[in-house]
Amino acid sequence: MTLSNPVPPGEESTADTDLAAEAATVAAGAGSPWYLRLPILSHLRRSVGLQRGMLVTGLVLVLGLLITALLAPLLAPYGFAATSADGTAFGTQQPPSAAHPLGTTVTGFDVLSRVIWGTRTAVAVMVCAVAASLFLGVALGLLSGYVGGWLDRVLVMLADAIYAFPPLLLAIVMSIVISGGQSNAWGGILAAALSITVVFIPQYFRVIRAEVVRLKAEPFVEAAKVVGTGHRRIMGTHLLRNATRTLPLIFTLNASESILTLAALGFLGFGIEPTSAAEWGYDLNRAMSDATSGIWWTGLFPGLAIVLAVLGVTLVGESVNDLNDPRLRTRRKRRRSEKKVAA
Amino acid sequence: MVALSGPRLRALRGEDVSMIFQEPSSALNPVFPIWWQIGEGLRAHRPKMTRKEIRAEAVSALEAVGIPDAAERIDRYPHEFSGGQKQRIMIAMALALGAELIVADEPTTALDVTVQAEILDLLRDVRDRFDTSLIVITHNMGVVADLADSVAVMYRGRIIERAGVKELFAEPREEYTKKLLAAVPHLGRRSAWTALSEEQQQEIEEAPPVVVAEDLVIEYPGRLGKPAFRAVKGVDFTIRAGQVYGLVGESGSGKTTIGRAIAGLERTTGGSLQVLGHEMNGVREKAFKPVRRRIGFVFQDPATSFNPHLTIQECIAEPLIVHEKALSAGQREQKVRSLLEAVELPGDYARRYPHELSGGQRQRISLARALVLEPELLIADEPTSALDVSVQATVLELFRELQQRLGFAALFISHDLAVVDSLAHRIGVLFRGDLVEDGHGPDVLQRPQHDYTRKLIASLPVPDPAEQAKRRAAFAREWGSGAAAS
Repeated sequence: MTLSNPVPPGEESTADTDLAAEAATVAAGAGSPWYLRLPILSHLRRSVGLQRGMLVTGLVLVLGLLITALLAPLLAPYGFAATSADGTAFGTQQPPSAAHPLGTTVTGFDVLSRVIWGTRTAVAVMVCAVAASLFLGVALGLLSGYVGGWLDRVLVMLADAIYAFPPLLLAIVMSIVISGGQSNAWGGILAAALSITVVFIPQYFRVIRAEVVRLKAEPFVEAAKVVGTGHRRIMGTHLLRNATRTLPLIFTLNASESILTLAALGFLGFGIEPTSAAEWGYDLNRAMSDATSGIWWTGLFPGLAIVLAVLGVTLVGESVNDLNDPRLRTRRKRRRSEKKVAA
Repeated sequence: MVALSGPRLRALRGEDVSMIFQEPSSALNPVFPIWWQIGEGLRAHRPKMTRKEIRAEAVSALEAVGIPDAAERIDRYPHEFSGGQKQRIMIAMALALGAELIVADEPTTALDVTVQAEILDLLRDVRDRFDTSLIVITHNMGVVADLADSVAVMYRGRIIERAGVKELFAEPREEYTKKLLAAVPHLGRRSAWTALSEEQQQEIEEAPPVVVAEDLVIEYPGRLGKPAFRAVKGVDFTIRAGQVYGLVGESGSGKTTIGRAIAGLERTTGGSLQVLGHEMNGVREKAFKPVRRRIGFVFQDPATSFNPHLTIQECIAEPLIVHEKALSAGQREQKVRSLLEAVELPGDYARRYPHELSGGQRQRISLARALVLEPELLIADEPTSALDVSVQATVLELFRELQQRLGFAALFISHDLAVVDSLAHRIGVLFRGDLVEDGHGPDVLQRPQHDYTRKLIASLPVPDPAEQAKRRAAFAREWGSGAAAS
């Protein structure tokens, strides 16, 4: 029964030719210098079309945010707590002018300066909070899902208990515990970040745990077990890489939520004093009463800053997510050859 | 038909044309009782029907397809029925609407052979009793030979050949049809055992045993208060070095459980299971790990047995990374390439991802991964049941060739007796956890000892209409009409 098999329908035919064409580009990609294989850069190189547009927009916004945070002292015309320059007071609630391009607030701060300095606080809180909860949540979720048994039960119960607690109340309690109600710049940032961390850990934990429990029964994990792969390798290579698909989404949502939680803390007086650091949420809250009297500049610009920051992070997260999954990634060669076929 | 509008089409569906799907378990809605689902179609065509009428219709439809106690069973939910019964219910749904044409899309692919014989019998019976036309879509040439009057062969979106069933099997015109027919394993022809010379048979018989099972018992723990489920009930068998042992049985017979136990994926509860000299009963993972490199495993479903995030290269190299830590990346790559060659795939496939390959190609990769450490024992759990006939033939051919070249012992698990016979030196037949038959291919097929084996052999449709008609008659004589409940 040695038969040169008739090419079975859909077996080798068309998919083969453009895969063969693609092999060359894939091969070329593997030999490229190390810096092109860094996460974001390699994603950028792999992307095409709309995916690339999204990624580039997101990258521009995030880079803008980071550069502004880094160069805040150079970019901002005044200090974040300055109410006067060269002995002359700014005046309160001044509309945009040459001296104050975005106007001044009710307390007499320069809006542009506060928005620029605010990027520092936002970035610091976002990074601390999301990084801490990401690592802890993912590690716990992975362990809990893979090991199972009583460890799993205890952890799930704990996560549920934290979930049931009002997050803002938890954040307030944490900030009192951490900084004793005082609010200097780093004390405030850390308090906000850690309180946000505690609130977010259960989210990461649950998502990762649910995925791991599902993946644990997949044949490819069993295939690894049959081979004798160690637990650590199974968790790292087979489970983690497949379980992180939904992470960027929560990651980005949490990044925005962390800014909002920070603002809420500021509003309630547990955040950062306006004299120790600039913070958009605080400014936004102070601008609430202005909006009714037609003073739009005090609220618009901090709000816009929050929107752009969150949008940038979300776009990057979403497109990296799509590009990471070989099944969602659009591929250049294939699309071209499809067009050729269509023509 | 093509030009019909939505509402007209809807009126046509059900009353004139009805469909039976491949997977009966997903074609029924799990949250509604059976009568409701049969009634859904009825209500769509006759909106004024009362609940009582619907139930009466449902009962008579279920009785027509041979489900006993229909009046009581219409209140049950789909999960309370077996696969064959669900397929009967699907047929009943078509009948309740009085469809003149039933389109059956691979109606028996998901079913066991014995159940398949009953469903085929039922379909034939339905045609005779209700004068319904049937379009059966299938890849199984045995089913075609058994059921069809005329056949159309499709290839790449075109019908390439159309002929009466006898004519098609006797003298196929197209090249593709010929090859397709040649690829179908035919029960009793080309038995792997008879293909060996006497010395080879002798050699295999005297080879040292690789796997010895004595009174092997495997249980799945029951829920609180319920007794454990006994999947394997005291099974004895021996696999010798260089021997291919075929394990046949219907789904739920415990054949996969035995394979998983040998690979250390399942714990044994009783008896003794010696794998490569290690006792598996109460084995500790640490003690078994060195043995794992001597065992290869090929999984049933090629779609899910690979990590979608790893390239083929990484998938095949995984056992090397675990067991041969001394190898450099370059050596590993070389090894992967040579294996890809061995399974007849081009070397540049190494950089692709699993989802970019077809099922047959993936199953070759699976074979390559299992063989990368040159194991002494290979466990293949239904490696070809997810593949098309022609693809299955090439994968089996590859398996046979690699086995002869590398000489590993193998446990080949399958539900298809014809496939097993063409590959295995020794065949074991499992029936509900008991090994009812154990012997060389020709012995089992021609002189079956157990009633179940005889039924299994009789219900397997052979790709030859004339022979199949005879077999069908014999089957009906011995076991009666299949219209009785499965």
